[in-house]
Amino acid sequence: MAFDSFSEFVHMGGYGLYVWSSFFLTFLVIAGVALETSVQRRRLQKESLKVQRRKQRLARRTQQASAEE
Amino acid sequence: MWRWLHPYAKPEATYRLVDKLLPWFAGLTLISLLVGMVWGLAFAPADYQQGDSYRIIYIHVPAAIFSMGAYFGMAICGAIALIWQIKTAEWALPAIAPVGAAMTAIALFTGAIWGKPMWGTWWVWDARLTSELILLFLYIGVMALYAAFDDARTGAKAASILAIVGVVNLPIIHYSVEWWNTLHQGATITKFERPSIATSMLWPLLISLLGFMLLTATLVLMRYKNQLLKHELNRPWAQAELALDSRESAEETR
Repeated sequence: MAFDSFSEFVHMGGYGLYVWSSFFLTFLVIAGVALETSVQRRRLQKESLKVQRRKQRLARRTQQASAEE
Repeated sequence: MWRWLHPYAKPEATYRLVDKLLPWFAGLTLISLLVGMVWGLAFAPADYQQGDSYRIIYIHVPAAIFSMGAYFGMAICGAIALIWQIKTAEWALPAIAPVGAAMTAIALFTGAIWGKPMWGTWWVWDARLTSELILLFLYIGVMALYAAFDDARTGAKAASILAIVGVVNLPIIHYSVEWWNTLHQGATITKFERPSIATSMLWPLLISLLGFMLLTATLVLMRYKNQLLKHELNRPWAQAELALDSRESAEETR
């Protein structure tokens, strides 16, 4: 351990604000990228459902049309 | 010789491979980052000149190195896309660019935060800092070009060309500290002589480097999966894959 107590660890020899803010901002940026990626995936999921429903509707309509004939 | 590569021009085969690799990458990322950060922050000794402020090195250097590594990977994908016209290579560009841009941004602001107490300034227009800022603009340019055309493939080609041309910036960033008189210090580990850092500080740095490499790969693979699904949304395999998602989330809420 390079520090004798937890408060010293937080203090970082007077550079606490610099060290912790850079670690926190880094975490924020990475979390942002990861979050955006999972939102993208959820959007694709909804899009896929829409595509499938459209296909089903089309299939039903062509079936009805051929039955009426 | 390259036969084994051929199936991966098919999006579904690529997706299956990425899907299989991803949990390993994610798990190893978590472990190596945790070990590297805790070791670097709490166990590595303080620097005799910079005190504890130097601990920013454990994110600054890895982020800077892989902001360049990701760019190189993106340029290779661009070259493959242009030469062999492989669509799955084109789709790697929008998967890599945002992750690389994030790494570049991290390198820039952690550098600024480190620069304030050590140099007395957040920013100077010196060669290293300016060329790294240009790297950020290159990433943004690649993303913008990719999305700028009605025809997605034209956009991918334009973005690939920019990505390849931009590679000139990489040696400029690396050698900027030697070619010009800069405020930024010289290389510590990426040189041929013995690294000029004590081993007690070097080990956590190497583990952090591994962690950031895996983190970059994990994020890129996650985004690449999305790209593959996006372009194959009309195919049954992609629909089945996405349907699996909603079933899982339904089970979670139950």
